[in-house]
Amino acid sequence: MRRRTDGRVSVIAKYLPLVLSALLRKKTRTAFTLVSLMMAFLLIGLLQAVNSVISGGAEFLGANRMITQAKTSFTQPLPMRLLPQIAAVPGVEFVSHSQFFGGVYQDARNFFPQFAVNPQRLYDTYPEWVLPEAQRRAFISTQDGAIAGKLLAEKHGWKVGDIIPLNSFIWTKTDGSRIWEWRLVGIFDGRDEEWSKRASLMYLNYAQFDEARVAGARGLAGVFVVRVADPMQSEKIAAQIDKRFENSADETKTQSEQEFQLGFLKQLGNIGFILNAISGAVFFTILILTGYTMSQAVRERVPELAVLKCLGFTDRSVLGLVLAESLTLCVLGALAGMVMATIIPPLVLPPEFPIRATADVWLFSAGAVVVLATAVGLPPAVHAMRIRIVDALAGR
Amino acid sequence: MSTLTQIREIVLMNLRSIPQRLGASFVIVIGIGGVVGVLVAMLSMSAGLDKTLTATGNPNRAIILRGGSNGELASFLDRSSATLIKHDPAIARADDGLPLASGELIVVTEVPRRGDTSGANVSLRGLEPKGIVLRPEIRLIEGRMFKPGLRELIVGNGAYEQFDGLDVGAKLKFRGSYWTVVGRFRSDDAHDSELWTDLGTAQSAFGRSGVSSVLVRLTSVDAFDSLKRRLTADPQLNVDVQTEREFFGAQSSGTTRNIGIITTVVAVIMAIGALFGALNTMYSAVSARTAEIGTLRALGFGSAPVVASVMAEAMVLSIIGGLLGAGIAYGLFNGYSVSTLGGNFTQVAFNFAVTPILVLQGLSWALVIGFFGGLFPAVRAARLPVTEALRG
Repeated sequence: MRRRTDGRVSVIAKYLPLVLSALLRKKTRTAFTLVSLMMAFLLIGLLQAVNSVISGGAEFLGANRMITQAKTSFTQPLPMRLLPQIAAVPGVEFVSHSQFFGGVYQDARNFFPQFAVNPQRLYDTYPEWVLPEAQRRAFISTQDGAIAGKLLAEKHGWKVGDIIPLNSFIWTKTDGSRIWEWRLVGIFDGRDEEWSKRASLMYLNYAQFDEARVAGARGLAGVFVVRVADPMQSEKIAAQIDKRFENSADETKTQSEQEFQLGFLKQLGNIGFILNAISGAVFFTILILTGYTMSQAVRERVPELAVLKCLGFTDRSVLGLVLAESLTLCVLGALAGMVMATIIPPLVLPPEFPIRATADVWLFSAGAVVVLATAVGLPPAVHAMRIRIVDALAGR
Repeated sequence: MSTLTQIREIVLMNLRSIPQRLGASFVIVIGIGGVVGVLVAMLSMSAGLDKTLTATGNPNRAIILRGGSNGELASFLDRSSATLIKHDPAIARADDGLPLASGELIVVTEVPRRGDTSGANVSLRGLEPKGIVLRPEIRLIEGRMFKPGLRELIVGNGAYEQFDGLDVGAKLKFRGSYWTVVGRFRSDDAHDSELWTDLGTAQSAFGRSGVSSVLVRLTSVDAFDSLKRRLTADPQLNVDVQTEREFFGAQSSGTTRNIGIITTVVAVIMAIGALFGALNTMYSAVSARTAEIGTLRALGFGSAPVVASVMAEAMVLSIIGGLLGAGIAYGLFNGYSVSTLGGNFTQVAFNFAVTPILVLQGLSWALVIGFFGGLFPAVRAARLPVTEALRG
């Protein structure tokens, strides 16, 4: 066993210089091909990172949380009277409600989401948010209180005690004005890194929101957030909640928080198809580009390969040599591209876009590299294997 | 021979010799074809969306929303405001003497996309009878109009194609009761993705008393300014007045801009990759022609014609690649219907549109890549010392 491993190491040690010298034979050409490969894999890495977010969903969301929305659409607010009925469904631990506020701070371009919530119910359903005890209490007891995520507060330089004016494009106050002033009483953070990255939203006290908005809209809760004791039961509980309101004017649709979030992305249309179509086009293009380089590199070296065969290299080792060359080229280019695809998104994208080249994406790229290297390397490798020494040396 | 004649001769000679280097030439064509294909396909998506949304609306019509709302969905006008708006003198009147104005309520409903189970947001528009008269571009292509007071709908053709279960005769369940699809209409604009019903029916079903917007026909295009002035100055009202075209045009700008940014990022990365592919090809083309270039130089050809010949080769191949890419994008995507999220947080169905401008844009990218891909190899070719080059 030991001898075999040693043997393999010595094979690599023996052939590596040959592969490298073949690649360095025309440095410019190799370098250019590497840049092309790097760009292709940068793009494939980025596209697949987006794709994995869309198809994979957000795993960090607790499966024990569900969203109950109006069946017609989540934009249709559900009335508050549904809350005790949902809370009474067996297996439901906590229920909170959340209304999208649609406020603009200073400029429409700094948009961030705000939700009007009941503070205590928010704490019960989202234990992932943490804030100092005094601030926790202040949010409960301040009628016009608001709490902001740490990232958001840092971005705008807010401190506890600031008054934050929000211009809502949805909600009008009884006096006809749309400017709502909220008193910042707390700044929350996520309890772990994953949640800290998402701390860029704001919660407003529902008490003030409901009292000050136009009478016609009062008593509407928005959507309900349902926390269940046993995640395994969530599907059954969801069905029970929806059954309770069946055939009423306020029919509900209950789904896991993850499905609810994915629904937003799915609204954008069939993105996965577009991403895969582009990835396919990029892959095909790079296949042709690299394939040509490899076949040219082998064609130029036909006499050299014949010399190798004269020296006793078998047909199979020549085949292996050319395949190794193609694999090295593709792996180096892909590695550089994937490293860029991994480093760049966290630097340029704000934290609310969790587009990352995760292990899945690397795995996908690794598969793509193997397919590429084989497709690109096999035809010239077979050509090299079939070279007949006499013909090659005679220049035929 | 003058330099110009030299250039012409050598360029033609070089182009005629491309078939000998077919494999290498293929690399440029495919590389650039890929870039242009992806660029044109992606831009044709935003062009299609823009075309659909800007097709909506007539300069003769104005839309009135609650002040400060960013779209119809976020706008609420109570019944008294709507009535007040309708009686403005700038609004044309129908034969029956009533103003050509329609209070309309937009609510969002979920309808599954074809081949999908989760719901996509679709606008349900409740309109007054004058809303149909106001929009002569609407054609009923199947079935009949809905009847006021009954839970009946007509569906836009785009919505019918994109979403499941909207055939005439089908029943949809919203708010605890069944609605029957009684007709299908076609408008080829943003309304094509909507479901329409009677205003009163929508109001009672969704528990709403007001409207989202009021659409009016003006007595003339010039009447818009006076309408806007009167309504915005009226202390009883708090409204935004826009021409219909202005309103729908603004709805597409956000999505179009986002698609534009993403497309540029993707195309730039691909273009860099293709550029290096092109450089490889052109360098090898130059090295294959070394002896030929040496001979030409020895015969007295200047370096300018040599540069020109290499550049011409790169550019011609790029144009071929560009045309190929644009052609494939046209063949695969032109007219391809999709739907995405539009202004009201609801779906807008539209067709990809590969327009001549996009093809030109793609070709100009191809030329830029070809230019730089040819430039450096051309300079190297021109600098080759004659004696060395002659040795091949």
